Formats: sequence, C-alpha cells, structure tokens
Amino acid sequence: MDIDTFRSETRAWLEANCPADMRTPMGEGDICWGGRRFVFRSPAQKQWLEVMAAKGWTVPAWPKAYGGGGLSGDEQKVLAEEMQRINARPPLQSFGIWMLGPALLHFGSEEQKCHYLPQIASGEIRWCQGYSEPGAGSDLAGLQTKGVDKGDHFEVTGQKIWTSYADKADWIFCLVRTEPDEKKHTGISFLLFDMESAGVSTKPIKLISGASPFCETFIDGVKVPKDQIVGSRGQGWTIAKYLLTHEREMIGAADSALFAKSDLAADAIAAIGLDDTGRLDDPMLRAELGQFLVDEICFDAHLDMTGTYMRAGHELGARSAELKYLGTELNKRRQSLRVAAGGSNDLVWEGAANDAGQAAKDWLRSKANTIEGGTSEVMLSILSKAVLKLPG
Amino acid sequence: MSMELLSEDQQLISDSAAGFLRDGHSVAAFRALREGGDDANSAILGDLAEMGWMGIVIPEALGGVGLGYRSAGLIAEELGRNLTVSPFVSSAILAGTALASAGGEMAQNWAPKIATGDALVVLAMDEAAKHRPKRIATTVSGASGALKLNGRKTFVVDGGIADRLIVTAKLRGDLCLVLVDPQAAGVARARQVMLDHRNVASLVLEDVAIADADILAQGRAAEEVLAQTLAAGRAIAAAEQLGVAKAAAEQTYDYLRTRQQFGVLIGQFQALQHRAADLYCELAQVSSLIAAALNALDADSDEVEAVTRAAKAKMARVGRQATEEGVQMHGGIGMTDEMNLGLFMKRDRALTELLGDAGYHTEWILRQRGI
Repeated sequence: MDIDTFRSETRAWLEANCPADMRTPMGEGDICWGGRRFVFRSPAQKQWLEVMAAKGWTVPAWPKAYGGGGLSGDEQKVLAEEMQRINARPPLQSFGIWMLGPALLHFGSEEQKCHYLPQIASGEIRWCQGYSEPGAGSDLAGLQTKGVDKGDHFEVTGQKIWTSYADKADWIFCLVRTEPDEKKHTGISFLLFDMESAGVSTKPIKLISGASPFCETFIDGVKVPKDQIVGSRGQGWTIAKYLLTHEREMIGAADSALFAKSDLAADAIAAIGLDDTGRLDDPMLRAELGQFLVDEICFDAHLDMTGTYMRAGHELGARSAELKYLGTELNKRRQSLRVAAGGSNDLVWEGAANDAGQAAKDWLRSKANTIEGGTSEVMLSILSKAVLKLPG
Repeated sequence: MSMELLSEDQQLISDSAAGFLRDGHSVAAFRALREGGDDANSAILGDLAEMGWMGIVIPEALGGVGLGYRSAGLIAEELGRNLTVSPFVSSAILAGTALASAGGEMAQNWAPKIATGDALVVLAMDEAAKHRPKRIATTVSGASGALKLNGRKTFVVDGGIADRLIVTAKLRGDLCLVLVDPQAAGVARARQVMLDHRNVASLVLEDVAIADADILAQGRAAEEVLAQTLAAGRAIAAAEQLGVAKAAAEQTYDYLRTRQQFGVLIGQFQALQHRAADLYCELAQVSSLIAAALNALDADSDEVEAVTRAAKAKMARVGRQATEEGVQMHGGIGMTDEMNLGLFMKRDRALTELLGDAGYHTEWILRQRGI
C-alpha cells in the first residue's frame, strides 16, 4: 500500500474508532497502563484500548505475529501524525511496551516472544522492572539478589527498590545474581516471574511529591522455572544495558511530551503581569524563560531528528544517554520555572484550589527525572567513555 | 556524531566540501593568509564558483544551481571547521538570497554574476555596534530621477572587497533596498581587519546619486526580501559557527585523550569528562536545530522566522561553551597563538555578533510568545 493510501485509510479508521473522550488532553491519572488489576477510568478508555490492540496499533512497530501492527518506519510516522492530528491519547503505555518488549524481541526465544509479547500488546499483563537494590543504585551491577540453582528452577531471594508501580504490576523482569563465582558483570541473569508467586511482597515508598509511584519489593525464596530466563545464564547485564537504552530514550522523550502542554508564558503573565512595554514584569525570570524557550525548541528539534533517525532503522545505543540527560535536565528547568512563575499559587498543596497543587507536585516529581534510569552524572560518564572514548 | 539523515546529494556535497577545504583551505591555509596580511582570500572565489557553491541557493533560472539551504549549511559547516576565509555567507547567501527573493531585472543582472564569481555583492545593514536591522537612519530622498542616499553603515562583511553593496535605507518612511556601487561619488569606505582576520567596511554615504532602477525593493516587498535574507543568513552563519565549535570540541577531546598530568591522562578526571560530555550533548542538539532551520528554509515553512532565530541564539551559547571550554581544558597552551583554539574562539565571537546574538533573537522569541 502506498503511503498516501495508508494515510487516508488510517485517518478514516481513527475518525471512526477513536472515542471523543479519548481526544482530550490527559493528565498522569488518565494513562492506561493495562494489567489484570487495572481499573479503567471510563468505558471509552477500555474501548479505545481494545480496538487499537485488535489492530496491533498499541505497538505499531512490532511484528504482527506478536500482537503488533507490523508497520514500516514511514507508516509509524503517519500513524503518529494522524493520532496527533485528532489529539488521540495513547491507548496503552507500559514498561512492557517501552522496555521488556524491545529486550524480548532482541534476546527472547521464539516461545517467549509468542507467549509474552501478545499479552503486553493487548494490555493484559502489566510489567514492572526489578533493577535497583538498596546497595546497588548508580552501581547497578553491584546487585546482590541471589538466584540459587535448584535443578528445574532458581530460588530467588533478595530485595529490590525503586520498583515503579510494583504494587500494581502482574509480572516482573528482574536482574538476579545466579552465577556467584563469576565476575560482577557476568554473574547476572535476566529472570521473569509472576508477582503473585509465593514469597513476593511490595511496599510503596512515599516521595516528596506525596505520591508513591515506587515500591520496595521483597523477594523471599521465590521459585522461578528455568524457562523464564531471557537469554543465557550470565547474559543479564548485556540485556539490562540494552533495555536501559530504551528506558533512557523513553524518559528523555516522555518528560518533554507529558509536560509540554503547560504554557509557561501564559502562566507567568497570569501571575506576574506585563510592564508598560508589554514585557513580563520580572526581567530576571523573563530572561531565564527566554533561555529555556530556546532550549526547548532546540530539544524538540533534536527529538524529532532522533525519531526520524530511529525510524530509518538505526539504534541509538549509548547515545540514548544523551537524550536522557538533555530531556530530564530540561524538564527540571521547566518545572522550576513553572512554580517560580506561579508564585504562592503554586505553593498550594491540598484542596480543590489550583488543581490540588499539581504544579508543586510536578515540580517535586521532576527532581527524580535526573536520577531515575541512571543519574545525569552516570549519563555523562557513559557518554565520555562510550562516545567520546575518553580514558577510563 | 550527527543524527540528521542526508540525501545522497547532500552527503556528496558535505564530503566534497570537507575534502576541498581540508586539502587547500584548512586552518594552516588560514594562518598563511594571516601571515601574508591577506584578509580577503580573493583567490578562493573562482574555485567556489566553479564548484557551484557561489550559486548554491540561487535558482537555475538566475544562473545558480539551486541546491538549497540544507546543502549550503553543510558547506558552511566545513568552512567553519577549517576557518576558511571566503565570501560564501556575504555574497552567495545574503546577497544571493536577497536578489533571488526580490527577482526582477536587477536579479537577472547580478545573481548570475554572483554565481560565477564575477561579482561580489554584499549587504550593508548595521548602523551601530549591535545588529538591529530595523533601526535605520540611512535615507533615500529627493524626487524620482534625482534620488540621493545619505547615511552610515558599519560591520559590512566583505565590504572592503565588494563590487556592489545592497544598502538598507528608508524612503519616505518605508524600507528600501538599494544597489550601490562602492566606487560611486559620495561613498567613502574604510576597510578594517577584525579579530577573526576578516575584512569588513564602514561606509559613509553622502548624497550618493541613486537611479530609480537601483532600488531592488521597497515597502512591503522590501520587508519580505529582508526577512528572507536575514533568516537565510542566520541559519547559514549558525551552520558555520557549528563547524567552528565542533572543530574546537574535537581538538579538546583529543587533548583529553593524550595529555598527561599527575601521572595519568587528564581525560580520566571525571570533572573534565562530564564537562566534555555536556558539551557533546549540546553540540548534538544544536546540530539538529540548525538542520531543522535549514530544512524550514528549503520548505519555506511558517516556522522559518522562529526556528532560524532559535538556531542562531542557541548556537551563540554553544559556540561560546565549546571555545571557552576548549581553552580552559587545554590550560596554558590553549592561550598560545600556536594552538588553533584561539582562532576558533575569535571566529566564534565574530559569528555570534554577525546577524544578531543570543539576547537579540531570544528577545524576539519572548515577544512572539507574548511576554
């Protein structure tokens, strides 16, 4: 099918199938995460997921055999543009789509791809990521959660932390030290298991934003059958690194996309007003806003260029660290400027006023952006070694 | 290091520009010009014209090759990287765009000569130390058939060697663009050598006789021609500055890989690694922005004004970061004339001022957003 036909058919299909309620701006609470325990906010949200999943368009780039849309790079771009044209919300967002899926496509066995990928595409199973540990943050490869070989299964014991939405997830992809005699980076395996397995418990961590998106995950003698290992024993770090590049692309791009809608200029005018020359009546804030706006235009152009590059079949590899660094540092500035412009309005924390303090909460939440998925400092170290080839 | 996808033609242009400049017009050649006191490098013009570069944005109907701004940007980036002295920005891009955009008889006469290198035409816009193209005190006055041009211009790039000047002036309160022969009676030009060893001229225009046919455009048409010309100039100047900044950065990364202090390579120090990597990220993203600005010019999109201004503003900041970090990370040797870093720093400084600095263009973006 030529691309123009694809566009007109896609446009018509979206027009006919995207519910009106799914064409409005969304907040963080409107995200459809899927999973066994997910409660849909509206019938429209459920319907939108179902029709998109049936087309394979929750994961348009994945092969059709695994529940995807099998679209070419150009077709993906057209679908994204046509969805954007009508402000269609993403039907499903998940760590399965962003992270585990690409890792399985690359490293999984055929059986694993056929089993796990369609469940991600349909939104049936929600995944969480078992990476960080209390003693293994930036030094992730120092992780100590143990998997003891018991013949047909591993017996896994340890503790994970900063597990996003562990309390809401159905399954976990987890880094486990299965080869105690191997070196730090070669003793790790990549295991998948059900969060309802005996021995798994979670405890949400309350953050400075008041929200609890992260959990501690306790793993006590959990039995993981050996066919639930991805790749080979000891290959976990390679897979983890591959998957982290996808996580970093996602974080770098998503922070910008999620918050770009907030209009800093309008917020600032509302709170501060203009002077006699029609300029914001706060020269320092205005100058800072100006630099930010230029940087925002710049990063958007870079994301756009990167998207085209990736759709042409290139992998970003270590350069995902570049997007992660730039995108998250920019978002922190965005949120700081937003509350600075909002003044005392954005000190509101409880009650109905000022959207129940959303700006303050977003501002606090954004502080994690340059930490999660690898700190800015880790990103810069990766780039200096992997890209600039500076000496270790 | 670039993530912009180039067409086959564009890749070819980029490669041939890199090869040509490296082989005959490298930084070493720049040093030789400087030693010889040559601030114009007129010898390069024939070669540039032969390769089609002087007519790169001039349509084929006007004697150019019409390959567009993205291609021109690739050439400019290599000119920056090699510090090549050339009239590419002044004549091929600024005058080329102005004439192509204005059209008419004057474009028929002069655009082909720019493309062949038979004439150097440059813009005379600025009247004060900072680029404010709308503040024009220069006037064209008098009755039709007896028009006189009066005023002063400064920072006229390649003004010392130009065959014709396109001068911005006010005619009964409207903007007009006037073609002036620098040899004409009433034109006094003072040639200056700038810190980047390029020639510019200051002009004093006193009762210079102007024929009606010398007016390239006036009123609304002149505003549009000038807007298009400045947008093109900004994007190409930013592309040249990107080349300067990348060259400074790459030399610095090399130094970090080889210089030893305290018994180790200094590139092992995390304090320097992180600054180098931050610079790398900034160069990567501004590279995308400049490509987007050039693509917008080629597509004649509504975004041209905003994105070329953003590109110029951002590049000014990144260029300064690249050259200042380069000198600092080199330490004492970075301060010597023997190293190229100082040459990059000087060219970067001049390119920041040319066609408006970060503050000037950021102000426009703020006003556009209503603040």
